[in-house]
Amino acid sequence: MSGVAGSRQRFLGRRSYIELLARERARAVLDAGTFRELLGPFDGLKSPWLPLQGVVAQADDGVVIARGLIDGKAAVVAAVEGRYQGGSIGEVCGSKIAGALELALRDCERGSPVRPVLLLETGGVRLQEANLGLAVIAEIQAAIIALRRHVPVVAVVAGIVGCYGGMSLAAALCSTLIMTRQARLGMNGPEVIEQEAGIAELDAGDRALIWSLMGGEQRYATGLADALLEDDVDEIAAEVRRAFANPPGPARSEQVERFAERLARVDVALPPSPRALRDVWRREGGA
Amino acid sequence: MERLSFTYPARERLTRRAHVGVVGSGDLEVLLQPSSDQHAHVSVTTSVDGFAAVWKNVLDRFFGRFEGAALIEINDFGATPGVVLLRLEQAAEALRA
Repeated sequence: MSGVAGSRQRFLGRRSYIELLARERARAVLDAGTFRELLGPFDGLKSPWLPLQGVVAQADDGVVIARGLIDGKAAVVAAVEGRYQGGSIGEVCGSKIAGALELALRDCERGSPVRPVLLLETGGVRLQEANLGLAVIAEIQAAIIALRRHVPVVAVVAGIVGCYGGMSLAAALCSTLIMTRQARLGMNGPEVIEQEAGIAELDAGDRALIWSLMGGEQRYATGLADALLEDDVDEIAAEVRRAFANPPGPARSEQVERFAERLARVDVALPPSPRALRDVWRREGGA
Repeated sequence: MERLSFTYPARERLTRRAHVGVVGSGDLEVLLQPSSDQHAHVSVTTSVDGFAAVWKNVLDRFFGRFEGAALIEINDFGATPGVVLLRLEQAAEALRA
């Protein structure tokens, strides 16, 4: 009984991170009282492209950039608002992220390290802004690679949108990737795969199947994410701190041979089930 | 997409600003800041065309109680009148917080 009561207590004491808007998420991972927003909604940096296509623009273009402290050290957080346009990356919001990372890089190079955190919730490039969005995602990726030589770059994907397209590559480039069970991570979203390859390839309506392939639990079990957490503000904030306190080893994208060898273990003509893939691509060394 | 604007008389000078909400399905964002004259100016951008009369009713009701000289920007993504009123009240409350 006490076990049940205890877990009930823990459940009730939990504060959902997924339910938070981007601004509240950014506030939640920074030390209390240190959140300071840059280029906020009153600065009026909206998408110039959406209204031309009859789409209402949000005042901050769906990305919150905040400076503050993490464990007392200077930090910058970029949080994508998944509820606005699916968290899609357009020219303005993407430039805010790239600019924040590039300025953090400059600070690191000058000897004053800044801890960069990406709170991602995005379907990838904003289709209405096409190449401008793609170009800026490339800038974000380049900045992550340059920055992680100085300081861990930490990404959180919690759900409910997940992280797709070019931004899934950006997440994969980060030094530490934190996920929840509700999160999904993949290059192409399920609807795109169904549309392009047919329902025999993937039924985008089959939620259990989708999560078994792309969900946080599977990504963690196959070593593509570094931490699997409950949907809890305190747990996520603590894991972000741990990621900076215990810098990780080489980034995944630097371990080309290891991942090529992993791919070689899979027969694409007879792909393993998601469950079997966990044995083929077992987490190594617990890291 | 439709753009609407409204003006209301105001009596109270504001010193703070507030931002609430998100331009997500069935929701809206409200940006509220001090205006430089004795009026409240509301500019609405909404994804749903043809509801100017409903917007006026909702705003009439809000300004029946709110007397701040505010510049209010509303970016709406199909919120119902009830949600619009709640977000406006939330912004007004954030000014007092």
